Amino acid sequence: MIDWALFEKFGPRMADGFLVTLELSFGSVLLGLLLATPVALGRVFGSRPLSAALFGYTYVFRGTPILAQLFLIYYGSAQFQSTLSAAGLWWLFRDPFFCSLLTFTLNTAAYQAEIFAGAIRNVPRGQIEAARAAAMTPALMARRIIVPQAARLALRPFGNELILMVKASALASVVTVYDLLATAKLAFQRTFDFQAYIAAALIYILTVEIIRRLWNVIDRRLNRHLVRT
Amino acid sequence: MDSTLIQWGHALALGAAMTVGLALATLPFGLALGLAAALAKDSKSAFLRACGEIYTTVFRGLPELLTLLLIYYGAQMLIQNMGLSVNISPFVAGLIALSLVFGAYSSEVLLAALRGVERGQIEAARSFGMSPAVVFRRIRAPQMLRLALPGLGNNWLVLLKDTSLVSVIALDDLLRMSFIAAQSTRQPFEFYAVACAIYLGMTAISTLLIARAERAVAKGWSSAA
Repeated sequence: MIDWALFEKFGPRMADGFLVTLELSFGSVLLGLLLATPVALGRVFGSRPLSAALFGYTYVFRGTPILAQLFLIYYGSAQFQSTLSAAGLWWLFRDPFFCSLLTFTLNTAAYQAEIFAGAIRNVPRGQIEAARAAAMTPALMARRIIVPQAARLALRPFGNELILMVKASALASVVTVYDLLATAKLAFQRTFDFQAYIAAALIYILTVEIIRRLWNVIDRRLNRHLVRT
Repeated sequence: MDSTLIQWGHALALGAAMTVGLALATLPFGLALGLAAALAKDSKSAFLRACGEIYTTVFRGLPELLTLLLIYYGAQMLIQNMGLSVNISPFVAGLIALSLVFGAYSSEVLLAALRGVERGQIEAARSFGMSPAVVFRRIRAPQMLRLALPGLGNNWLVLLKDTSLVSVIALDDLLRMSFIAAQSTRQPFEFYAVACAIYLGMTAISTLLIARAERAVAKGWSSAA
């Protein structure tokens, strides 16, 4: 039996929460993409110290729990309140939404950078040499040779990363961001009606499933020239 | 700063032990669930296949934190509705939730490994008169280990990091101990940085051990295969 009174009362709030969830997950993946692209290029084409430094960044963010990273940034920044205030940045770090978005962006960018670096390395060396021999500029070579092939390879893991971030965004509820999980939790705490959690669970599963199927369609379209065994 | 870190060192060490303990305790249950789900998805029965698919879809689609809360509060309400006054501990709730998640992800890895073992070998073993159970133990399982280990190793790293979620329902793991230390010393940055460093150490050691195990089970196989 569906408890309509519960959803009449808390439904709108949970819808707002769902929007926050989407903002956090899609926002961090898109911002992460902007950050991951130069990091991946530095990992593959940069000098050895640069590549090592960038690997240090991706290693730390991939090797620690995202919740610990969130605590480090959100609670840890309070220790530097005076410095951040002087720099005019405290209003940002005081905001749990901003800290969550920052943490998730840094986290997903680390994973994305390694995905892209792996995809770039997979482009056959001979093609790059041939492009150079044909006097292509690096920019032209990137546009015509590297990006079209690397993007196809990176597509699937990138989709997985998007799904992981939809799920990881629920951690923002721990630092008082009112996302889908937090609004469901609020409804549960006020009414002790478990349906609030069940509804949130169904929305998450549905969202992830839609992204997964959509990605399968895109992947099949872009990679249809590849022979499937 | 150094002296407070040393004062809290013991608490952090206990928390770290709890983190590793929870992850290790989860592993056998998660593997068993994953194997059961993989066998279900590979079975001839459409009903079992559907069960396997629903299980993975649900637990790969739910945020791990929500899975944990569903188990923790859901089990509690269920037990109370049955008129029992047993409390489910955060450790047990974490163990169940993390096993379900680990099993869902691992079933995909194990299914691929299950199908990666050559059909001909299984047919040959069957024609030798081996029962399906013996075929599994002697032919499939040893080869599955080699095929599944890289994926399972990855899932282990995810599991190790996901244990931190249990701090939300007040299990005294590494992250919660750091939280308590950060609050009472007002040095959150130092303590969370130390916590991150300890987690990083755990994942680094795991990565080394996994690489060693992968080499061990791949003995006799050329790297080109």
